[in-house]
Amino acid sequence: MNFKMKSHLMDELALKRTITRLAHEIVERCKGTENMRIIGIRTRGEFLAKRLARKIEDAEGVKIQVGILDTVMYRDDFRIKKQLPAIELTDIPFDVDGKILVLVDDVIYTGRTIRAAMDALMDFGRPSAIQLVVLIDRGHRELPIKADYIGKNVPTSDNEEVRVRMKESDGKDEILLVEVNQ
Amino acid sequence: MNLSIKHLFGLEGVPKEDIDSILDTAFSFREVLERPIKKVPTLKGVTVVNLFFENSTRTRISFELAEKRLSADTVNFSAASSSLTKGESLRDTIQNLFAMKMDVVVMRHPVPGSVKLLAQFVDAVIINAGDGTHEHPTQALLDMMSMKEKYGSLNGLNVAIIGDIRHSRVALSNIFGLKTMGANVLLCGPPTFIPYGAESLGVKVTYNLDEALEFADVVNILRIQRERQGKGQIPSLREYRNVYGVTQQRLSKLKRPITIMHPGPINRGVEVDSDVADSEHSIILHQVLNGVAVRMSILYLLAGGR
Repeated sequence: MNFKMKSHLMDELALKRTITRLAHEIVERCKGTENMRIIGIRTRGEFLAKRLARKIEDAEGVKIQVGILDTVMYRDDFRIKKQLPAIELTDIPFDVDGKILVLVDDVIYTGRTIRAAMDALMDFGRPSAIQLVVLIDRGHRELPIKADYIGKNVPTSDNEEVRVRMKESDGKDEILLVEVNQ
Repeated sequence: MNLSIKHLFGLEGVPKEDIDSILDTAFSFREVLERPIKKVPTLKGVTVVNLFFENSTRTRISFELAEKRLSADTVNFSAASSSLTKGESLRDTIQNLFAMKMDVVVMRHPVPGSVKLLAQFVDAVIINAGDGTHEHPTQALLDMMSMKEKYGSLNGLNVAIIGDIRHSRVALSNIFGLKTMGANVLLCGPPTFIPYGAESLGVKVTYNLDEALEFADVVNILRIQRERQGKGQIPSLREYRNVYGVTQQRLSKLKRPITIMHPGPINRGVEVDSDVADSEHSIILHQVLNGVAVRMSILYLLAGGR
Protein backbone atom coordinates (compact mmCIF):
# COMPACT_ATOMS: atom_id res chain seq x y z
CA MET A 1 0.00 0.00 0.00
CA ASN A 2 1.54 3.32 -1.01
CA PHE A 3 0.31 6.80 -0.31
CA LYS A 4 0.66 10.33 -1.60
CA MET A 5 0.91 13.41 0.60
CA LYS A 6 -2.07 15.72 0.02
CA SER A 7 -1.77 18.41 2.66
CA HIS A 8 -0.29 19.37 5.98
CA LEU A 9 -3.19 19.83 8.40
CA MET A 10 -1.31 20.86 11.55
CA ASP A 11 2.24 21.39 12.70
CA GLU A 12 3.58 21.37 16.25
CA LEU A 13 2.52 24.93 17.07
CA ALA A 14 -0.96 24.54 15.59
CA LEU A 15 -1.48 21.34 17.55
CA LYS A 16 -0.38 23.04 20.75
CA ARG A 17 -2.84 25.89 20.20
CA THR A 18 -5.64 23.50 19.39
CA ILE A 19 -5.03 21.52 22.58
CA THR A 20 -5.04 24.76 24.59
CA ARG A 21 -8.37 25.81 23.08
CA LEU A 22 -9.94 22.37 23.60
CA ALA A 23 -8.77 22.33 27.23
CA HIS A 24 -10.49 25.66 27.92
CA GLU A 25 -13.68 24.57 26.15
CA ILE A 26 -13.85 21.42 28.23
CA VAL A 27 -13.49 23.25 31.54
CA GLU A 28 -16.05 25.86 30.49
CA ARG A 29 -18.63 23.31 29.43
CA CYS A 30 -18.10 21.00 32.42
CA LYS A 31 -18.34 24.05 34.73
CA GLY A 32 -15.06 23.27 36.42
CA THR A 33 -13.15 20.08 36.95
CA GLU A 34 -14.48 18.52 40.13
CA ASN A 35 -16.64 15.83 38.56
CA MET A 36 -14.67 15.50 35.36
CA ARG A 37 -12.35 12.64 34.43
CA ILE A 38 -10.44 12.31 31.16
CA ILE A 39 -10.15 9.00 29.31
CA GLY A 40 -7.90 8.52 26.29
CA ILE A 41 -8.41 5.82 23.69
CA ARG A 42 -5.21 3.94 22.88
CA THR A 43 -2.83 4.80 21.29
CA ARG A 44 -2.78 8.46 20.35
CA GLY A 45 -5.93 9.34 22.26
CA GLU A 46 -3.97 8.45 25.38
CA PHE A 47 -1.22 10.95 24.58
CA LEU A 48 -3.77 13.63 23.73
CA ALA A 49 -5.68 12.96 26.94
CA LYS A 50 -2.51 13.42 28.98
CA ARG A 51 -1.64 16.65 27.18
CA LEU A 52 -5.17 18.00 27.68
CA ALA A 53 -5.03 17.07 31.36
CA ARG A 54 -1.72 18.88 31.80
CA LYS A 55 -3.11 21.96 30.11
CA ILE A 56 -6.17 21.98 32.37
CA GLU A 57 -4.00 21.41 35.44
CA ASP A 58 -1.89 24.46 34.49
CA ALA A 59 -4.92 26.65 33.94
CA GLU A 60 -6.98 25.57 36.94
CA GLY A 61 -4.30 24.59 39.44
CA VAL A 62 -5.87 21.21 40.15
CA LYS A 63 -4.89 17.59 39.58
CA ILE A 64 -6.78 15.85 36.74
CA GLN A 65 -7.15 12.08 36.72
CA VAL A 66 -6.59 10.34 33.39
CA GLY A 67 -7.65 6.83 32.36
CA ILE A 68 -6.57 4.77 29.37
CA LEU A 69 -9.00 2.67 27.37
CA ASP A 70 -8.36 -0.09 24.85
CA THR A 71 -11.47 -0.73 22.76
CA VAL A 72 -10.45 -3.91 20.93
CA MET A 73 -12.47 -6.25 23.19
CA TYR A 74 -15.62 -4.34 22.18
CA ARG A 75 -14.96 -3.96 18.48
CA ASP A 76 -17.23 -5.42 15.81
CA ASP A 77 -14.67 -5.85 13.08
CA PHE A 78 -11.96 -8.22 14.29
CA ARG A 79 -13.72 -11.17 12.75
CA ILE A 80 -13.55 -9.67 9.25
CA LYS A 81 -9.92 -8.59 9.46
CA LYS A 82 -7.03 -10.82 8.47
CA GLN A 83 -4.92 -9.90 11.47
CA LEU A 84 -6.35 -10.25 14.95
CA PRO A 85 -5.74 -6.93 16.73
CA ALA A 86 -3.56 -6.98 19.85
CA ILE A 87 -5.35 -6.27 23.11
CA GLU A 88 -3.51 -3.74 25.26
CA LEU A 89 -4.05 -2.85 28.88
CA THR A 90 -7.00 -0.71 29.94
CA ASP A 91 -6.29 1.36 33.04
CA ILE A 92 -9.09 3.37 34.61
CA PRO A 93 -7.83 4.02 38.14
CA PHE A 94 -10.94 5.80 39.46
CA ASP A 95 -14.63 5.29 40.10
CA VAL A 96 -16.71 6.48 37.13
CA ASP A 97 -20.11 6.60 38.89
CA GLY A 98 -21.64 10.07 38.67
CA LYS A 99 -18.64 11.49 36.81
CA ILE A 100 -18.50 13.39 33.52
CA LEU A 101 -16.19 11.28 31.38
CA VAL A 102 -14.38 13.19 28.66
CA LEU A 103 -13.42 10.63 26.04
CA VAL A 104 -10.45 11.57 23.85
CA ASP A 105 -9.45 10.20 20.44
CA ASP A 106 -7.29 11.53 17.62
CA VAL A 107 -9.54 11.05 14.58
CA ILE A 108 -13.24 10.32 14.28
CA TYR A 109 -14.29 8.52 11.08
CA THR A 110 -17.02 5.83 11.04
CA GLY A 111 -17.78 6.24 14.76
CA ARG A 112 -17.38 2.53 15.46
CA THR A 113 -14.43 2.97 17.81
CA ILE A 114 -16.43 5.46 19.87
CA ARG A 115 -19.39 3.07 19.99
CA ALA A 116 -17.02 0.39 21.34
CA ALA A 117 -15.52 2.87 23.82
CA MET A 118 -18.94 3.88 25.17
CA ASP A 119 -19.94 0.24 25.62
CA ALA A 120 -16.69 -0.35 27.50
CA LEU A 121 -17.18 2.66 29.79
CA MET A 122 -20.67 1.51 30.74
CA ASP A 123 -19.10 -1.68 32.12
CA PHE A 124 -17.14 0.41 34.61
CA GLY A 125 -20.23 1.94 36.20
CA ARG A 126 -22.75 4.70 35.57
CA PRO A 127 -21.14 7.96 34.52
CA SER A 128 -23.40 11.04 34.67
CA ALA A 129 -22.36 11.88 31.10
CA ILE A 130 -19.86 10.96 28.41
CA GLN A 131 -18.47 13.70 26.18
CA LEU A 132 -16.22 13.28 23.17
CA VAL A 133 -13.12 15.22 22.13
CA VAL A 134 -11.44 14.59 18.78
CA LEU A 135 -8.54 16.33 17.13
CA ILE A 136 -9.81 15.72 13.59
CA ASP A 137 -13.34 14.97 12.38
CA ARG A 138 -13.00 13.56 8.88
CA GLY A 139 -16.69 12.77 8.30
CA HIS A 140 -18.17 9.52 6.87
CA ARG A 141 -20.02 8.48 10.03
CA GLU A 142 -21.73 5.08 9.98
CA LEU A 143 -23.35 5.52 13.39
CA PRO A 144 -25.29 8.42 14.93
CA ILE A 145 -22.31 9.78 16.90
CA LYS A 146 -21.08 13.35 17.10
CA ALA A 147 -18.09 14.90 18.88
CA ASP A 148 -18.64 17.60 21.54
CA TYR A 149 -15.25 19.24 21.02
CA ILE A 150 -13.48 19.23 17.65
CA GLY A 151 -9.94 20.37 16.88
CA LYS A 152 -10.52 20.67 13.16
CA ASN A 153 -13.16 19.56 10.66
CA VAL A 154 -11.53 18.08 7.58
CA PRO A 155 -13.78 16.93 4.72
CA THR A 156 -12.16 13.85 3.19
CA SER A 157 -12.88 11.23 0.58
CA ASP A 158 -12.80 7.47 1.17
CA ASN A 159 -9.38 6.96 -0.37
CA GLU A 160 -7.80 9.53 1.92
CA GLU A 161 -6.40 9.01 5.41
CA VAL A 162 -5.51 11.31 8.25
CA ARG A 163 -2.10 10.51 9.74
CA VAL A 164 -1.63 11.84 13.24
CA ARG A 165 1.95 11.81 14.46
CA MET A 166 2.82 12.65 18.04
CA LYS A 167 6.13 13.05 19.83
CA GLU A 168 5.31 10.30 22.32
CA SER A 169 5.10 7.62 19.62
CA ASP A 170 6.45 9.11 16.39
CA GLY A 171 9.13 11.56 17.49
CA LYS A 172 7.37 14.67 16.17
CA ASP A 173 4.02 16.45 16.19
CA GLU A 174 2.22 16.79 12.87
CA ILE A 175 -1.03 15.88 11.17
CA LEU A 176 -1.11 14.98 7.49
CA LEU A 177 -3.79 14.22 4.96
CA VAL A 178 -2.65 11.51 2.55
CA GLU A 179 -4.15 9.73 -0.41
CA VAL A 180 -3.94 5.94 -0.23
CA ASN A 181 -3.82 3.74 -3.33
CA GLN A 182 -4.49 0.10 -2.63
CA MET B 1 -1.17 -10.69 16.61
CA ASN B 2 -2.10 -14.01 14.96
CA LEU B 3 -0.49 -17.00 16.65
CA SER B 4 1.48 -19.47 14.55
CA ILE B 5 -0.45 -22.34 16.20
CA LYS B 6 -4.07 -23.17 15.30
CA HIS B 7 -4.76 -25.41 18.32
CA LEU B 8 -3.22 -25.64 21.76
CA PHE B 9 -2.24 -29.31 22.10
CA GLY B 10 0.74 -28.65 24.34
CA LEU B 11 3.71 -26.32 24.73
CA GLU B 12 6.20 -28.61 23.01
CA GLY B 13 7.39 -26.75 19.94
CA VAL B 14 5.30 -23.61 20.56
CA PRO B 15 7.53 -20.65 19.62
CA LYS B 16 8.54 -17.92 22.06
CA GLU B 17 6.64 -15.26 20.09
CA ASP B 18 3.37 -17.16 20.59
CA ILE B 19 3.96 -17.53 24.33
CA ASP B 20 4.83 -13.82 24.59
CA SER B 21 1.59 -12.88 22.78
CA ILE B 22 -0.48 -15.16 25.01
CA LEU B 23 1.03 -13.78 28.23
CA ASP B 24 0.83 -10.10 27.15
CA THR B 25 -2.81 -10.48 26.11
CA ALA B 26 -3.54 -12.30 29.38
CA PHE B 27 -2.36 -9.29 31.40
CA SER B 28 -4.80 -7.10 29.43
CA PHE B 29 -7.67 -9.51 30.07
CA ARG B 30 -6.92 -9.74 33.78
CA GLU B 31 -7.95 -6.11 34.12
CA VAL B 32 -11.47 -7.14 33.01
CA LEU B 33 -11.67 -9.43 36.05
CA GLU B 34 -11.24 -6.42 38.35
CA ARG B 35 -14.11 -4.41 36.83
CA PRO B 36 -17.58 -3.98 38.35
CA ILE B 37 -19.03 -5.73 35.28
CA LYS B 38 -16.62 -8.58 34.56
CA LYS B 39 -17.74 -9.35 31.04
CA VAL B 40 -16.72 -8.24 27.56
CA PRO B 41 -18.49 -9.05 24.25
CA THR B 42 -15.34 -10.24 22.49
CA LEU B 43 -16.42 -13.83 21.69
CA LYS B 44 -20.13 -13.22 21.29
CA GLY B 45 -21.57 -15.92 19.03
CA VAL B 46 -18.69 -18.37 19.52
CA THR B 47 -19.73 -21.73 20.97
CA VAL B 48 -17.36 -23.63 23.21
CA VAL B 49 -17.83 -27.17 24.42
CA ASN B 50 -16.00 -28.28 27.55
CA LEU B 51 -15.42 -32.02 27.20
CA PHE B 52 -14.24 -33.48 30.49
CA PHE B 53 -13.53 -37.19 30.54
CA GLU B 54 -11.72 -36.87 33.86
CA ASN B 55 -12.65 -35.12 37.07
CA SER B 56 -11.59 -31.55 37.43
CA THR B 57 -12.72 -28.68 39.59
CA ARG B 58 -10.49 -25.71 39.14
CA THR B 59 -9.53 -26.20 35.50
CA ARG B 60 -13.13 -26.72 34.41
CA ILE B 61 -14.43 -23.77 36.42
CA SER B 62 -11.57 -21.60 35.25
CA PHE B 63 -12.25 -22.40 31.59
CA GLU B 64 -15.97 -21.92 32.04
CA LEU B 65 -15.45 -18.54 33.71
CA ALA B 66 -13.03 -17.46 30.98
CA GLU B 67 -15.58 -18.40 28.30
CA LYS B 68 -18.40 -16.59 30.07
CA ARG B 69 -16.34 -13.45 30.73
CA LEU B 70 -15.78 -13.31 26.95
CA SER B 71 -19.52 -13.79 26.21
CA ALA B 72 -19.03 -17.13 24.44
CA ASP B 73 -21.82 -19.72 24.68
CA THR B 74 -20.71 -22.75 26.61
CA VAL B 75 -21.84 -26.35 26.74
CA ASN B 76 -20.51 -28.70 29.38
CA PHE B 77 -20.04 -32.37 28.88
CA SER B 78 -18.84 -34.77 31.52
CA ALA B 79 -18.25 -38.39 30.68
CA ALA B 80 -20.06 -39.81 33.70
CA SER B 81 -23.49 -38.46 32.70
CA SER B 82 -23.19 -39.01 28.94
CA SER B 83 -24.15 -41.59 26.32
CA LEU B 84 -20.65 -43.01 26.66
CA THR B 85 -22.09 -45.01 29.53
CA LYS B 86 -24.60 -46.46 27.01
CA GLY B 87 -21.75 -47.74 24.85
CA GLU B 88 -21.39 -44.93 22.30
CA SER B 89 -17.83 -44.51 21.04
CA LEU B 90 -15.83 -41.34 21.72
CA ARG B 91 -15.73 -40.57 18.03
CA ASP B 92 -19.52 -40.84 17.62
CA THR B 93 -20.17 -38.77 20.73
CA ILE B 94 -17.91 -36.02 19.50
CA GLN B 95 -19.13 -36.05 15.92
CA ASN B 96 -22.71 -35.76 17.16
CA LEU B 97 -21.76 -32.82 19.33
CA PHE B 98 -20.08 -31.12 16.42
CA ALA B 99 -23.01 -31.68 14.10
CA MET B 100 -24.56 -29.00 16.35
CA LYS B 101 -21.90 -26.47 15.20
CA MET B 102 -19.29 -25.96 17.87
CA ASP B 103 -16.38 -23.58 17.31
CA VAL B 104 -14.03 -24.53 20.12
CA VAL B 105 -13.48 -27.65 22.16
CA VAL B 106 -11.69 -27.70 25.49
CA MET B 107 -10.86 -31.30 26.34
CA ARG B 108 -9.49 -33.21 29.28
CA HIS B 109 -8.94 -36.89 28.66
CA PRO B 110 -6.94 -39.60 30.44
CA VAL B 111 -5.21 -40.79 27.24
CA PRO B 112 -2.03 -38.92 26.21
CA GLY B 113 -2.34 -37.53 22.68
CA SER B 114 -6.15 -37.76 22.61
CA VAL B 115 -6.45 -34.07 21.70
CA LYS B 116 -4.51 -34.60 18.49
CA LEU B 117 -6.77 -37.50 17.55
CA LEU B 118 -9.79 -35.25 18.08
CA ALA B 119 -8.37 -32.68 15.65
CA GLN B 120 -8.51 -35.28 12.87
CA PHE B 121 -12.27 -35.58 12.86
CA VAL B 122 -13.68 -32.24 13.91
CA ASP B 123 -13.26 -28.80 12.39
CA ALA B 124 -12.85 -26.72 15.52
CA VAL B 125 -10.19 -25.02 17.59
CA ILE B 126 -8.92 -27.54 20.13
CA ILE B 127 -7.51 -26.64 23.52
CA ASN B 128 -5.90 -29.26 25.72
CA ALA B 129 -7.05 -29.10 29.34
CA GLY B 130 -4.87 -32.06 30.30
CA ASP B 131 -4.26 -35.30 28.39
CA GLY B 132 -3.24 -38.05 30.77
CA THR B 133 0.35 -37.74 31.97
CA HIS B 134 1.34 -35.84 28.81
CA GLU B 135 0.66 -32.07 28.84
CA HIS B 136 -1.44 -29.43 30.59
CA PRO B 137 -0.45 -26.32 28.64
CA THR B 138 -2.84 -23.77 30.16
CA GLN B 139 -1.58 -24.59 33.65
CA ALA B 140 2.01 -24.01 32.53
CA LEU B 141 1.02 -20.74 30.85
CA LEU B 142 -0.64 -19.44 33.99
CA ASP B 143 2.42 -20.51 35.99
CA MET B 144 4.64 -18.59 33.58
CA MET B 145 2.33 -15.57 33.71
CA SER B 146 2.59 -15.55 37.51
CA MET B 147 6.38 -15.78 37.36
CA LYS B 148 6.55 -13.04 34.74
CA GLU B 149 4.32 -10.84 36.87
CA LYS B 150 6.68 -11.24 39.82
CA TYR B 151 10.05 -11.08 38.03
CA GLY B 152 9.32 -9.13 34.82
CA SER B 153 10.98 -11.72 32.61
CA LEU B 154 11.45 -15.47 32.50
CA ASN B 155 14.83 -15.28 30.84
CA GLY B 156 17.51 -16.58 33.21
CA LEU B 157 15.02 -17.28 36.00
CA ASN B 158 15.85 -20.34 38.13
CA VAL B 159 12.80 -22.55 38.55
CA ALA B 160 12.77 -25.77 40.58
CA ILE B 161 9.91 -28.21 40.04
CA ILE B 162 9.50 -30.47 43.03
CA GLY B 163 7.59 -33.71 43.41
CA ASP B 164 6.11 -36.38 41.18
CA ILE B 165 7.55 -35.24 37.86
CA ARG B 166 7.01 -38.60 36.18
CA HIS B 167 3.23 -38.60 36.41
CA SER B 168 2.81 -34.85 36.05
CA ARG B 169 1.47 -33.19 32.91
CA VAL B 170 1.94 -29.87 34.70
CA ALA B 171 5.67 -30.55 35.01
CA LEU B 172 6.12 -31.53 31.37
CA SER B 173 4.29 -28.46 30.02
CA ASN B 174 6.23 -26.24 32.43
CA ILE B 175 9.51 -27.69 31.24
CA PHE B 176 8.71 -27.11 27.55
CA GLY B 177 7.41 -23.58 28.13
CA LEU B 178 10.10 -22.45 30.56
CA LYS B 179 12.93 -23.75 28.38
CA THR B 180 11.49 -21.90 25.37
CA MET B 181 11.38 -18.70 27.43
CA GLY B 182 15.01 -19.04 28.53
CA ALA B 183 14.51 -20.10 32.15
CA ASN B 184 16.76 -22.61 33.93
CA VAL B 185 14.81 -25.61 35.15
CA LEU B 186 15.78 -28.03 37.91
CA LEU B 187 13.71 -31.11 38.73
CA CYS B 188 13.71 -32.49 42.25
CA GLY B 189 12.07 -35.56 43.77
CA PRO B 190 12.73 -39.15 44.77
CA PRO B 191 14.26 -41.22 41.94
CA THR B 192 11.00 -43.14 41.48
CA PHE B 193 9.34 -39.81 40.53
CA ILE B 194 11.97 -38.58 38.06
CA PRO B 195 11.50 -39.91 34.52
CA TYR B 196 14.37 -41.78 32.92
CA GLY B 197 16.36 -39.52 30.62
CA ALA B 198 14.87 -36.28 31.96
CA GLU B 199 18.15 -34.44 31.24
CA SER B 200 17.48 -34.83 27.52
CA LEU B 201 14.81 -32.12 27.91
CA GLY B 202 17.54 -29.63 28.82
CA VAL B 203 16.88 -29.64 32.56
CA LYS B 204 18.99 -30.52 35.58
CA VAL B 205 17.99 -33.13 38.13
CA THR B 206 18.67 -33.44 41.84
CA TYR B 207 17.37 -35.80 44.49
CA ASN B 208 18.27 -33.36 47.25
CA LEU B 209 15.61 -30.81 48.21
CA ASP B 210 17.99 -28.41 49.98
CA GLU B 211 20.08 -28.24 46.82
CA ALA B 212 16.96 -27.42 44.79
CA LEU B 213 15.89 -24.69 47.22
CA GLU B 214 19.40 -23.20 47.17
CA PHE B 215 19.24 -22.98 43.35
CA ALA B 216 15.72 -21.62 42.99
CA ASP B 217 14.18 -18.18 42.56
CA VAL B 218 10.85 -19.96 42.29
CA VAL B 219 9.71 -23.40 43.42
CA ASN B 220 6.74 -25.02 41.75
CA ILE B 221 5.63 -27.73 44.16
CA LEU B 222 3.59 -30.54 42.67
CA ARG B 223 0.82 -32.40 44.42
CA ILE B 224 1.54 -35.85 45.76
CA GLN B 225 -1.16 -37.86 44.08
CA ARG B 226 -2.56 -39.87 46.96
CA GLU B 227 -3.96 -42.42 44.52
CA ARG B 228 -0.38 -43.45 43.81
CA GLN B 229 0.13 -44.48 47.42
CA GLY B 230 0.78 -48.14 48.05
CA LYS B 231 2.31 -48.73 44.62
CA GLY B 232 5.84 -48.87 45.92
CA GLN B 233 6.87 -45.43 44.69
CA ILE B 234 7.14 -43.73 48.05
CA PRO B 235 7.31 -45.50 51.41
CA SER B 236 4.72 -43.25 53.09
CA LEU B 237 3.37 -39.71 53.00
CA ARG B 238 5.11 -39.05 56.29
CA GLU B 239 8.48 -40.09 54.94
CA TYR B 240 7.90 -38.07 51.78
CA ARG B 241 7.19 -35.03 53.90
CA ASN B 242 10.35 -35.56 55.93
CA VAL B 243 12.56 -35.73 52.84
CA TYR B 244 10.75 -33.62 50.21
CA GLY B 245 8.27 -31.46 52.13
CA VAL B 246 8.86 -27.72 51.71
CA THR B 247 8.82 -26.42 55.28
CA GLN B 248 9.56 -23.09 56.92
CA GLN B 249 12.48 -24.74 58.70
CA ARG B 250 14.18 -25.56 55.38
CA LEU B 251 13.39 -22.16 53.88
CA SER B 252 14.79 -20.28 56.88
CA LYS B 253 18.24 -21.75 56.12
CA LEU B 254 18.32 -19.89 52.79
CA LYS B 255 19.97 -16.52 52.31
CA ARG B 256 17.08 -15.07 50.30
CA PRO B 257 13.34 -15.64 50.10
CA ILE B 258 12.04 -17.78 47.25
CA THR B 259 8.65 -17.66 45.58
CA ILE B 260 6.29 -20.52 46.35
CA MET B 261 3.93 -21.89 43.68
CA HIS B 262 1.60 -24.87 43.60
CA PRO B 263 -0.90 -25.89 40.88
CA GLY B 264 -3.35 -27.25 43.48
CA PRO B 265 -5.05 -29.04 45.04
CA ILE B 266 -2.62 -28.78 47.97
CA ASN B 267 -1.96 -31.57 50.42
CA ARG B 268 -1.11 -29.35 53.36
CA GLY B 269 1.52 -30.90 55.58
CA VAL B 270 2.73 -33.29 52.87
CA GLU B 271 4.48 -31.62 49.93
CA VAL B 272 4.22 -28.15 51.51
CA ASP B 273 3.38 -26.86 54.96
CA SER B 274 0.46 -24.51 55.59
CA ASP B 275 2.62 -21.64 56.87
CA VAL B 276 4.70 -21.81 53.67
CA ALA B 277 1.69 -22.07 51.34
CA ASP B 278 0.05 -19.07 53.06
CA SER B 279 3.20 -16.96 53.48
CA GLU B 280 3.87 -13.60 51.85
CA HIS B 281 6.17 -15.31 49.36
CA SER B 282 3.43 -17.63 48.12
CA ILE B 283 1.69 -16.65 44.88
CA ILE B 284 -0.64 -19.65 44.81
CA LEU B 285 -3.84 -17.60 44.77
CA HIS B 286 -2.43 -15.29 42.08
CA GLN B 287 -1.98 -18.39 39.97
CA VAL B 288 -5.70 -19.11 40.22
CA LEU B 289 -6.71 -15.60 39.12
CA ASN B 290 -4.11 -15.59 36.35
CA GLY B 291 -5.54 -18.93 35.19
CA VAL B 292 -8.80 -17.29 34.14
CA ALA B 293 -6.94 -14.46 32.36
CA VAL B 294 -4.60 -16.79 30.49
CA ARG B 295 -7.53 -18.92 29.31
CA MET B 296 -9.35 -15.80 28.10
CA SER B 297 -6.22 -14.86 26.20
CA ILE B 298 -5.91 -18.27 24.52
CA LEU B 299 -9.61 -18.34 23.61
CA TYR B 300 -9.36 -14.88 22.05
CA LEU B 301 -6.15 -15.55 20.17
CA LEU B 302 -7.26 -18.92 18.80
CA ALA B 303 -10.99 -18.33 18.28
CA GLY B 304 -11.27 -14.52 17.95
CA GLY B 305 -11.05 -14.70 14.18
CA ARG B 306 -13.81 -17.28 13.76
